[in-house]
Amino acid sequence: MKKKFKLVDLDCANCAAKMENAIKKIDGVTDANVSFMMQKMTIEADDARFDEIMQEVVRVCKKVEPDCQIQM
Amino acid sequence: MTKKQKNMLYRIIIAAVIYIPLFVMEHMGKLEFETTFPISFLLFMVPYVIVGWDIVYRAVRNISHGQVFDENFLMCIATFGALGVQEYSEAVAVMLFYQIGELFQGYAVGKSRQSISEMMDICPEYANIEVDGQLKQVDPDDVSVGDIIVVKAGERIPLDGVVVSGTSFVDTSALTGESVPRKVGEGSEIISGCVNGSGLLKVKTTKEFDDSTVAKILELVENASSKKAKVENFITKFAKYYTPFVVCAAVVLAIFPPLVLSQPFGEWLKRACIFLVISCPCALVISVPLGFFGGIGAASRQGVLVKGSNYLEVLSEMKTIVFDKTGTLTKGEFAVSKILPGEECKEEELLEMAALAEGFSDHPVAGALKNAYVERVSSALSMERVADAREIPGHGIMARIDGNLVCAGNAKLMEKEGVWYEANPEPGTVVYLAKDGIYMGSIVISDTVKPEARQAISQLRRSGVAKTVMLTGDRREVGEAVAHELGIDQVYTDLLPGDKVDKVESLLSELGEKERLGFVGDGINDAPVLGRADIGIAMGSMGSDAAIEAADIVLMDDDIMKISAVMRIARQTLKIVKQNIVFALLVKAAVLLLGALGMANMWEAVFADVGVSVIAILNSMRTLKVK
Repeated sequence: MKKKFKLVDLDCANCAAKMENAIKKIDGVTDANVSFMMQKMTIEADDARFDEIMQEVVRVCKKVEPDCQIQM
Repeated sequence: MTKKQKNMLYRIIIAAVIYIPLFVMEHMGKLEFETTFPISFLLFMVPYVIVGWDIVYRAVRNISHGQVFDENFLMCIATFGALGVQEYSEAVAVMLFYQIGELFQGYAVGKSRQSISEMMDICPEYANIEVDGQLKQVDPDDVSVGDIIVVKAGERIPLDGVVVSGTSFVDTSALTGESVPRKVGEGSEIISGCVNGSGLLKVKTTKEFDDSTVAKILELVENASSKKAKVENFITKFAKYYTPFVVCAAVVLAIFPPLVLSQPFGEWLKRACIFLVISCPCALVISVPLGFFGGIGAASRQGVLVKGSNYLEVLSEMKTIVFDKTGTLTKGEFAVSKILPGEECKEEELLEMAALAEGFSDHPVAGALKNAYVERVSSALSMERVADAREIPGHGIMARIDGNLVCAGNAKLMEKEGVWYEANPEPGTVVYLAKDGIYMGSIVISDTVKPEARQAISQLRRSGVAKTVMLTGDRREVGEAVAHELGIDQVYTDLLPGDKVDKVESLLSELGEKERLGFVGDGINDAPVLGRADIGIAMGSMGSDAAIEAADIVLMDDDIMKISAVMRIARQTLKIVKQNIVFALLVKAAVLLLGALGMANMWEAVFADVGVSVIAILNSMRTLKVK
């Protein structure tokens, strides 16, 4: 399943790249893309475990860039 | 400005108001206190804390999260170092300028993002559905195929569909860049994202929202930033190594000379701090993608969708361009291209005779004759003058017009009827006409070349395309005539769809390094070729969905003139991006070198970091304005 999320207060391009890499490493995520320009994140992951994976994504993002909020 | 940015601005102003008098007093020697209590340190700490507390806080927080080498941390080390060698004034200045730069950077990025999204503001918010005679606004997602939606004047068309009632002019400029409104009426297909100009339209939807043009375009544009150009990938990689390298160099600089060469510790610590200030690759990391984003935005304003920044890069290196003929260089519809009356007859008369004879036929040739008659002679064709029209398969038509026996057909018909005729060698379909056994003349019907095609080809040549090639499944005479008319270098005719792929492959193998091949097609059985070429360009409004999917660049209004315009945008974008890279690297390298030799101070380091960043961003924003 592919889903898009809006990101609020994503202030630096470097962090966006770091977030993207961190998300891609999560188990069950097939593809992830964090667009600094569009302030959007696209995540492609396992259908069955999507919610669980999303929790992990939020946790990882908090770690990289605590100021950035993911709008669900 | 956002609320956050405004807050930052106030903090900067307050800190500056406190800092400037302190700075002046220090320079006048009025801050020399003869006590052991560090009064001047505390005085300078006031503006430092006001402007930089969040940097310190974030640095500590991010380290606890395992994120060490970020800008916050580096700024902290640099300013702490300056404080450590009792350069209080410079520590505050570095922090202050860093924050000003960050604020400006954030503002500039936000501004350009906004202008791009405004340009792409084509997403409809709602659709009107009639329920029990009442109009109800619903989410376009909830409308199913076959529903009737109502589009009022000034509203954006939410879904693709066919007009069932009403007439209006629709503004397609957001999608195609075409400023002349298009007239639509009952039966016209309309695409989502356009704005209904004047009348009320009832539209029967033909697609779900997710399959509608507008949703597809938005998806393409949003995904465009994920397909990165080589330059962009290079910068990402570069950034990964640059920061650790500079930080290590700073550490060596701080430790090695004082310990081994017993140099003064303070002086080398200062030089190390200069290194840390310059160690952030921000100027590149932000300005390069921003430049490409702007370039894609500028192209979409022209009605051209570019599906990724890598394609802009390829486009700027395009040396060979291959065109499909039908539908791309030609309109893909038959029209009368030449009327050659015999001695006994006039042009209008001949056309009238042909149109009447073919009047009952629904063959494309007949359609072309009737259209030409309506356009050139009179709007009404009096079919009651025609009797006994019958078709002779593979030959043409014989009919009685005003009592005279008229034959309209190919050369075979003339020979069969024993009529003397003047053979017409023109490419295209030739219709010969005879009245009562006497030759009257001939009419040539062919696919018409798009009026702008010739100019488009010569513009491409001026933009640096070295070779133009045309591929067609059509006969040799027809293909060569079109190629000649348009000034195309090479033409391959009588090709089956599979042959086109082979031809493109052999053309690809002829290319040198750094030379790219583009293919332009309307998408009807072109998808494999579009995918095979270095860059596939498809016609958006006429092309098939498969082609738009397979293509890398989509011309929304089918205007091939736009190809050279996009090439120009691509070139300009690449130029600006390269300028930024060279500029940022040179300044950084120069200041690093001067810093290591003790010839640069903190101020120059701050400029090399934030100043360069701001200049690069401003430069990148120029891509948005490329025409």
